[in-house]
Amino acid sequence: MYVVVVGGGEVGHYLARILLSDGHEVLVLEKERRRTEFAAEELGEVIVRGDGCEARTLEEVGTGRADMLIAVTGDDEDNLVACQVAKHKFNVPRTIARIKNPRHRLLFEKLGVDATVSSTELILAHIERELPSHCLIPLLKLRGGELAMIEVKIVPGSRTVGRRLGDFRLPEKSLISLIIGKDKDPQIPTPDTILEEGDQIVALTRSGDEDALRVALTGLG
Amino acid sequence: MNVIIMGCGRVGARLAGILDSEGHKVTILDTDPYSFRRIPPNFAGEALIGSGTDEDALKKAGIEEADIFIAVTQGDNRNVMATQIAKHIFNVPRGICRIYDPIREEMYRELGLETISPTKVGAQLLRGVIGG
Repeated sequence: MYVVVVGGGEVGHYLARILLSDGHEVLVLEKERRRTEFAAEELGEVIVRGDGCEARTLEEVGTGRADMLIAVTGDDEDNLVACQVAKHKFNVPRTIARIKNPRHRLLFEKLGVDATVSSTELILAHIERELPSHCLIPLLKLRGGELAMIEVKIVPGSRTVGRRLGDFRLPEKSLISLIIGKDKDPQIPTPDTILEEGDQIVALTRSGDEDALRVALTGLG
Repeated sequence: MNVIIMGCGRVGARLAGILDSEGHKVTILDTDPYSFRRIPPNFAGEALIGSGTDEDALKKAGIEEADIFIAVTQGDNRNVMATQIAKHIFNVPRGICRIYDPIREEMYRELGLETISPTKVGAQLLRGVIGG
């Protein structure tokens, strides 16, 4: 596969390394001279100085035959434009953009960017996981953001400890996929599963219903 | 008309003054309050600190009632993104966008934005002045 990466900072640099080791053909575009020179020490000719939002630069590096363009600069607007130029000028089949502001996800998807990765959301999710009192952790967005996979922790004080899963009223279209008990093996839940303190529940729900599902599973408002 | 202008540089401030004096309801946005010094003293519209790529700032500026959104910051990509937010998220009827790069300008025109490239326009004007 030929992959054009826009942005040669930390993310672009490590991404290029992964893609190269997977055997793909890679080209990284970076606007700043210092960053380009720094990354070129390791990546060599794979990194080229240039603005990945400019059609002429993209043409020079053969974006027309690229299978994928991944825009990972630190600016949402630059990532959006790079993906749009790739799509509309060069018919690149798949574009992926990094976004900082999670609220830009909808716009990017509306405008034809095939996938977005929100660094802010990922960092928050990882920090939330470490907070003992926090019982809702977003894991993954599926089907273009329509569905959310989340983890709900049964923290001490949850009102649902000792209750049967079958007696819960969950938000519509929610699905409990997996329960990982404190000292037990992961299990596929049945209606007769009894919740215990320390259980981690992996569940699927419609985006927007995450908190309602947390409330249903923990009894905590 | 309800007009929102993003970017209070020379062009943004001047345009705000003109539209305001014609009786339109103008709100101008900029992330740097120091830029508001460029607004003419008799301006009756509103000047708000905020970014045109931030949905909350746009709502505060009254984007939901706006008839026209105009993006004239120094950044082509910022202008493009803000104008697309106005058109595609808030359904503003008209989105006008300054794009210096002529290639990008043509592409976004094809994608439905009203675009102006000062690079192209400026070069053509100068060519006209030269004559011959």
